[in-house]
Amino acid sequence: MSSNGTILAVNGLKTYFTTEDGVVKAVDGISFELKKGETLGIVGESGSGKSVTNLSVMRLIQEPPGKIVDGSVVFDGIDVLALTAEEVRKIRGRRIAMIFQDPMTSLNPFLKISTQLMEVTRLHLGHTKEQAYQHAIKMLKMVGISDASDRINGYPHEFSGGMRQRVMIAMALSCDPELLIADEPTTALDVTIQAQILELIKDLRSRMGTSVILITHDLGVVAGMADKIIVMYAGKVFEQAPTRELFATPANPYTKGLLKSVPDPAHEQGKELYQIPGLPPDVAHLPPGCPFAERCDRVADICRTAFPPFVRINDNHHSLCHFAVDVYEESKTEAASRAAR
Amino acid sequence: MAENVELIKGASLWRDAWRRLLRNKLAVFGMIVIAIILVAITIGPALIYWLTGYAYDSIPTNNDLVRSLPPSWGHLMGTDDAGRDIFARVLQGGRISLMVGIISTTVSLIIGVSYGATAGYLGGAIDNVMMRIVDILYSIPYILIVIVLLSVFGGPSTPQWIKWLSETLGGAGNQGLSQIFLLFFALGLVSWLTMARVVRGQILSLKNQEFVMAARATGVGTLGIIFRHLVPNALGPVIIYATLTVPSVMLTEAFLSFLGLGVQAPFASWGSLASDGIKNLAIFPWQLIFPGVTMAITLFSLNFLGDGLRDALDPQTRKF
Repeated sequence: MSSNGTILAVNGLKTYFTTEDGVVKAVDGISFELKKGETLGIVGESGSGKSVTNLSVMRLIQEPPGKIVDGSVVFDGIDVLALTAEEVRKIRGRRIAMIFQDPMTSLNPFLKISTQLMEVTRLHLGHTKEQAYQHAIKMLKMVGISDASDRINGYPHEFSGGMRQRVMIAMALSCDPELLIADEPTTALDVTIQAQILELIKDLRSRMGTSVILITHDLGVVAGMADKIIVMYAGKVFEQAPTRELFATPANPYTKGLLKSVPDPAHEQGKELYQIPGLPPDVAHLPPGCPFAERCDRVADICRTAFPPFVRINDNHHSLCHFAVDVYEESKTEAASRAAR
Repeated sequence: MAENVELIKGASLWRDAWRRLLRNKLAVFGMIVIAIILVAITIGPALIYWLTGYAYDSIPTNNDLVRSLPPSWGHLMGTDDAGRDIFARVLQGGRISLMVGIISTTVSLIIGVSYGATAGYLGGAIDNVMMRIVDILYSIPYILIVIVLLSVFGGPSTPQWIKWLSETLGGAGNQGLSQIFLLFFALGLVSWLTMARVVRGQILSLKNQEFVMAARATGVGTLGIIFRHLVPNALGPVIIYATLTVPSVMLTEAFLSFLGLGVQAPFASWGSLASDGIKNLAIFPWQLIFPGVTMAITLFSLNFLGDGLRDALDPQTRKF
C-alpha cells in the first residue's frame, strides 16, 4: 500500500493548546513529506513546536488542553487522525516508534529492563514470555550492550545515561517499526556518548531500512544524519531544504542566524560568538506580521504588517520570508566567495 | 570490553528497604511479636485441645466448679463465667481479629488503589467527581455506615456470596461465621477512602513523568499504564498505609464487638472477649486483662512495624 514510496505525509497540521493565557498555537500549519528510508531533521529553538508536531503524528497530545484543530497526517496511506484510540494504539510502538529526550526518566524505574522490553513485543507481536525474552536479549545485543543476557535482568538505575538510551532504542526498534521518531535523543548525553548514539541510530537505520525523524536543536547532529531538514520557528516551517543545500545556501534569515550561532573554533578564535538577539515570541500572542521580525537583522516595514509568503526557491527548497529570494542570492554569493578562498 | 569487570550485584529497592528495616529495633521487635502471635493462633488452639482437652467453645457439663477460675497451670489465663478456657478463647479470638485486620485491609486496598489510581490517571472532570464522592463518604461517620451495613445485611438477609465464602472457608451451616465475614467486608468498605486519596496523590505526581509518555508511545493501553506502570511506583506509600490500616481496622472491630455488634458467641474476638470480661472486672479481672493485654501488644507491634516500614521504604520523610 505504498503511495509512491511516501511513508508519512503531514499536511497543514495545526495543534493548539487552550491555556488561561489564550490559545497557544504550538503547531500552526506544518506540512512535510517523508519518503521510505529517508531521514528528516527538524530543527528549532525550544518551544518552536518540534516535539508537539511529532506527538501529534502519534496522537499523543493530551486532550484537553491540547487539540489537533486542522490538517491531516497520513501514515502509509492511513489517515492517523481519523483512527479510533484503539487503532492508534496498534500503530504506536508497532509501526511508529519514539525515542525520548531524557533516558534518565523515560524508563520506568520500578520495572526490570526485561519487563519493559518484553512488554512491547508481547503486546504487538503476540510473543510468548520465552520468545519475548529471547527477542529482548537479541535487541540489547544489537544496540551494543555487552553481557545482554545478564544486564537484561537489571533495573534502569543500574544503567548509565548512554546505556539507557541504548535500551530505549532497543525498545523502540523491537517491533521493527517503519518510522522512528527520535525526539532530541542526544540532548541529555555528553558529547562522546552523543556520537555513539547517533552512530548507532545511523547504523540501525541502514540495516533495518527504517525512516527516521530526528528532532534536535543542534545543527551539528542533523548535518551528519538527515537527508532533508525542516527549520521550525513559532509553530511554523521557516525553511525546508535538502541538508546540503540548507547548509550551503540558506534562504531564510533565521536559518542564517542559526548557522552563524554554531561555534567554529578553527576560524573564530577570539571573536565573540554570534547570537540571534532576543527571545522566541510568546506563541499565545503572535504579532500580525512575521513572528521573527523583532529579531531579524534585515527587518523591513512589510515584515511587521504582513505575514510572509512561503516562497518556492526550487522544487525541494522553500522559505517563509518576504525576502527569501534575496537571502538565497546573498547566500549563493557568500558560498561562492567561501569556495574561492 | 567488560571481560574482567566483575558485575556488581545491584541492590534492589526492596533489599535496601529490608536492610533499613532490620536496623530499626522497634520494628524488628514488632515483627518478632507478630510472628509469635501468628504461630500461636495458627497451631495454638489445636495444641491446647490436644494437651488439655479444652476447646474455645467447650462448656463443661457441670460448670459450677470451673466458672471464672483464676489462672493456673491447667488454665493459663483462667476460665470465663461459663467455664471456658480463656487462653483457648484468646487464641481463637486472635484468629478472628487478625483475619478482620487482614481481609478488611485487602478489601480496602483493592477498592482504594483501583479507585485512586483511576481518578488520578484520568484526571479532569472524572477525577473531580470521583474525589468529591470520597469527600462525601468521608463526612459520614464510618461507624454509622458499618452499623447500617451490619443491620441491613445481617441475619437472614446476608448476601449469598458472603454465605458461600464463609461456607467454603469455614465449613457449612454456620450462621455466626457468615456474620463475621460480613463484618470483614463492611469494615473494608469504609476504610478505603484514605487509601484512595494516598494513591491518587501518588499517581498525580507520577503520570506526567516521561516514562508514562514512553509507555503510551509504545502502545500500552490505559489499564496497562495504570496497573503495570503507575501502581507499582506508588507501592511504597500503599504498603505503609496498609500496615497502618490493619491495626486501625482491628481496633474498630474490637470496638464494634465491645458494643455487641460484631462477633457473636460462641465465636470470639479480642473485642468481644474484653466486652465479656468487663462485666466481671471487679471480681475476676483476668477475664479482661488477658484479652486486653494481648490485643494491646499486637496493636503496638503492628504500629511499630508500620512505622518501621515507612522509614525503610521512604527514607526522605524521616525526621530527626
